[in-house]
Amino acid sequence: MSEAPAAPRPASADRLHPVELDLLVVPPRARTGWKVLPARVVAMCAVELQKLRHDRTELYTRAVQPALWLLIFGETFTRIKAIPTGGIPYLDYLAPGIIAQSAMFIAIFYGIMIIWERDAGILTKLLVTPTPRAALITGKAFAAGVKALVQAVVVVLIAAVLGVAMTWNPLRLLGVAVAVVLGSAFFSCLSMTIAGIVLTRDRLMGIGQAITMPLFFGSNALYPVAVMPGWLQAVSKVNPLSYQVDALRGLLLGTPSHLPADFTVLTVAAALGVTSASSLLGRLAR
Amino acid sequence: MTRNATDDGAPGGDAVTCTGLAYSFGETKAVDGLDLGVRDGEVFGLLGPNGAGKTTAIRCITTLLPVPAGMVGVFGHDAARERMAVRRLLGYVPQQLSADSGLTGRENVALFARVFDVSRRERARRVEQALAAVDLTAAADRLANTYSGGMVRRLELAQALVSAPRLLILDEPTIGLDPIARTNVWEHINAVRAATGMTVLVTTHYMDEADQYCDRVALMHHGRVRALGTPEELRSGLRDRLGTEGPLPTLEDVFRDVAGSGLDDQSGDFRDVRSTRRTASRVG
Ligand SMILES: Nc1ncnc2c1ncn2[C@@H]1O[C@H](COP(=O)(O)OP(=O)(O)O)[C@@H](O)[C@H]1O
Ligand SMILES: [Mg+2]
Repeated sequence: MSEAPAAPRPASADRLHPVELDLLVVPPRARTGWKVLPARVVAMCAVELQKLRHDRTELYTRAVQPALWLLIFGETFTRIKAIPTGGIPYLDYLAPGIIAQSAMFIAIFYGIMIIWERDAGILTKLLVTPTPRAALITGKAFAAGVKALVQAVVVVLIAAVLGVAMTWNPLRLLGVAVAVVLGSAFFSCLSMTIAGIVLTRDRLMGIGQAITMPLFFGSNALYPVAVMPGWLQAVSKVNPLSYQVDALRGLLLGTPSHLPADFTVLTVAAALGVTSASSLLGRLAR
Repeated sequence: MTRNATDDGAPGGDAVTCTGLAYSFGETKAVDGLDLGVRDGEVFGLLGPNGAGKTTAIRCITTLLPVPAGMVGVFGHDAARERMAVRRLLGYVPQQLSADSGLTGRENVALFARVFDVSRRERARRVEQALAAVDLTAAADRLANTYSGGMVRRLELAQALVSAPRLLILDEPTIGLDPIARTNVWEHINAVRAATGMTVLVTTHYMDEADQYCDRVALMHHGRVRALGTPEELRSGLRDRLGTEGPLPTLEDVFRDVAGSGLDDQSGDFRDVRSTRRTASRVG
């Protein structure tokens, strides 16, 4: 048909390029094996932190709801003394539940975000990088964890201002951070899984709202499992949020808890979430 | 500065080969037996009206859509069997404006440096060079949502360039841009290509652009290639066939000739027009 590619066009190469471009002809050396996953997780978390740095409004607006829960619900029920908390003020009892709640609300938003990123072409482009789908989802899951962690710090500070007596033991706080990250990883994957099933933002918004409330009220965030009716106890038993709250309460307040079981459940739930969300990610790419 | 063409993949082989590439969305045969060979180092234009199947073909080549083994090869790597190897060779700019508006230009490029495993030692300099290559150094630390459509396109080019791809794939890079921004985007594509020797596969439905900037073009209609060659070959071929004197026909004339009648009313169903408009309005 035709001979070799024509010589470079008389485009204004020199006018546009007084600069060095030597690195742009050398492909970077590829990471392989296990090193890929942590590298992608770091990349996604870095993006999340950069976005938080540019726009803190979400951090502030998302602080309003937990503050109201603690201030109004917490203070009121502390006076009523209607809920058996095992001897601690209700406000203290409530604080870990509200930390878990605000982390869950952030994480549940990730499904909507991944659909938005798909529509905007951002996800599409990431899927054409040497990033296995599971690594991409794990990265997103940890990014949700990082964002939830920043939010958790805000809620902890609000609670401290309201006089909640929490631990400042760094080891326990580290445990709190791990619980928040694992819980957020699970809930973000849950919502990204649903995103992979319903595929559109409108449908996911409805579903997101429909599941967050039952997850919240069907957990031990507001009241102990013992006071629930039997069917709700069953819900709470399979609800990872309950295990997260149990761990947070045990670590922050020193109440009796089941830390090994809690962390096992949270880890397994997060791993299952990553698996199901990444297996459905291909549907979003189509 | 041109890299050695034989350092990876088939020596002297094609950058992209499609053999009988087919892809359907339900009943719609978006790509229907596409045969294509893009040569190493050329600027290859995939042309066709909205709905011709250009984007679908691109999405098969970029491993976004699953294809059976043997249909698509990129520098000798099979798109079905060696996805990661293919992706490492690609820089991809999709049809939508895909920069992350919540990040600065520099952060947008740095993300792609990270996911292509650029070492931390090299990252800042590489990102700087990619931004400089598209004239965005001055705007690098502004949020991408303050960029004009042409700047976003150039930023996407920088995102694709930072990993030193051997094949740059651009899907409608100038759609919705004003004429000056269009020329500007093309000048950058050409300058980068001249400086790095990379292969460029570009789709467009602007025939005049293809005529001006592509070494070879394939005219695509209803999922198939109807004509292939250099713009000059196709145009003089048509003139010879028609046996007319006077000015050379345009690529658009060639297209009308090979696509037959009905091109104007058939091309582009509602979905295509809508997605084109959406991109156009986001760019505008
Ligand atoms: N995700 C999709 N689902 C269903 N049909 C699609 C999808 N993407 C493209 N199509 C259809 O496939 C055909 C080719 O589309 P496309 O590859 O986008 O064409 P082009 O990029 O040349 O405008 C069109 O008829 C279009 O409506
Ligand atoms: Mg298209």
